[in-house]
Amino acid sequence: MPASTPPASPPSFGTLALRWYRLNRGGLRATAIGIISLLAFLLAWHLLTTYRVVFFVRFTNVPSPLAVYASFTKAIHDPKFLLHVLLSCRRIFFGFSLAAIVAVPLGLIMGRFKLVHEIIFPVAEVLRPIPAIAWVPMAIMLWPTNEQSIVYITFLGSFFPILVNTLHGMSLVDPVLVRAAQCLGAQERSIFRDVYFPASLPHIFTGLTVGMGVAWVSLIAAEMISGQYGIGYFTWEAYSLVQYADIALGMIAIGVLGLGSSMLIRGAGQLVMPWRSR
Amino acid sequence: MSEIVAKAPQGHIEVRNFSLSYDSIEGPVQAVTETQIHVKPGEFVSIVGPSGCGKSTLLNAVAGFLKPTTGIVTVDGEKVNGPSAERGMVFQQYSLFPWKTVRENVEFGLKMRGMARSQRERAARTLLGLAGLEAFEKHYPEKLSGGMKQRVGIVRALATGPKVLLLDEPFGALDAQTRVIMQQILTNMWQRLKISVLFVTHDIDEAIFLSDRVYCMTARPGSIKAEIPIPLERPRQQSMMMSSEFLALRRGLMSLIREESIKAMGGEISDLGMQGLNIELHGASLADVI
Repeated sequence: MPASTPPASPPSFGTLALRWYRLNRGGLRATAIGIISLLAFLLAWHLLTTYRVVFFVRFTNVPSPLAVYASFTKAIHDPKFLLHVLLSCRRIFFGFSLAAIVAVPLGLIMGRFKLVHEIIFPVAEVLRPIPAIAWVPMAIMLWPTNEQSIVYITFLGSFFPILVNTLHGMSLVDPVLVRAAQCLGAQERSIFRDVYFPASLPHIFTGLTVGMGVAWVSLIAAEMISGQYGIGYFTWEAYSLVQYADIALGMIAIGVLGLGSSMLIRGAGQLVMPWRSR
Repeated sequence: MSEIVAKAPQGHIEVRNFSLSYDSIEGPVQAVTETQIHVKPGEFVSIVGPSGCGKSTLLNAVAGFLKPTTGIVTVDGEKVNGPSAERGMVFQQYSLFPWKTVRENVEFGLKMRGMARSQRERAARTLLGLAGLEAFEKHYPEKLSGGMKQRVGIVRALATGPKVLLLDEPFGALDAQTRVIMQQILTNMWQRLKISVLFVTHDIDEAIFLSDRVYCMTARPGSIKAEIPIPLERPRQQSMMMSSEFLALRRGLMSLIREESIKAMGGEISDLGMQGLNIELHGASLADVI
């Protein structure tokens, strides 16, 4: 019997825990520091508002975290608040989805066919620098209902980031991959479907993420100016009605919704591009 | 009888009176001139030459990616008009589709031909098995080593049963040890499949070790400087690379290429740089001088 093979016993719980800790030390550290940092932010907010600090910036009327929490517990039982949130989400859904449905195929086609690029690109470049908010008066004139014009503003906000990134992705497609596909008998259609499209996907998703951010920016601005509902309107209304805690609540709600929607896109990206997940 | 006729040797590459130039602001630039090459069915032929001599240009013209300015490229008497699955190609940069698994990459050519899913899955598995890659069929290329990627690249190019296989410095990015193994694998596959191979490389040892014949190209504008038959017996062994026969071939090719490389680097290098190579160090080591 060889002496060098001791009977294998399963490692004890302590050993496993220690190993797990060693392997995940970096992540644990980041999480711990993240939690501490958030708590410190809350504490600073609490102190600044409780003592009504005035130091260049005036915290006199700023609501404290506890006041915001109180209005939050009230709001989640208030169907009107939920309606505000729901309507904003619906506008984002329609505006953003329309933008993606139009901008992605348009970018792919512009990237593949020079003539289409030459025709559309100049117009896009002229319209692109106009902020979506600047479209508000024009949108109100263009569309029969307020709802449509707000969705249109949201659409415009996300349209250009998606288009530009899709174009960028198309311009970076490795020509060797196209040649490899041709050598394997691929015709134009399958080269588009099996090479250009998947090769551009990472950039398309960058465009979708950026576009989602701009969609929220545009939506909130549009709601503040011309809405009757929506979380942007809620925030602005709170200011007019001197309900200061609701201002902060509206802001936080916008932040959470924005974060949630960009996480949805990231999740979709991982589903669609399994080759990119480590 | 007709079976035999149908199975008559295929993959006869012929390049005649070939030249290729492209336009620039200073006028047309000649990349390749006055070139004739051929590859007989089942033959393994390499093209070597200094960098920029147009050997890849020539290969790309055979693949159908570039149109000759003058002359003609034919395979089995048929004019090459564009890329096709009849001419499989392996690229230096591996060029696997990152979004397809190893097996999907190998299946791609069969899918383009309209083969049913189950059938092409079986074919791809068999081919991957031959290359020792069946365990990796579900992996994405990113996870593979360079040697494995290029094995997939070769298998993918062979999957559609092309008449000829074109390789553009396929092992250039691999380390020396992997390269030697890949050369052996390629030789084995070639002998088994009896396919015509046109192989572009700047590695003289590689060209001699693999080929039946080697074309040596001149500096730009490229043309054929010499055609050297390699009479080494097959199957070839790694040990042959030390034989006097191999070394003689190597010396011959080396001096041909050296002449052209110096030409390719232009006049100034022969005046200044070549003097530089004879720097008198007066007993000091290079490190001291620098």
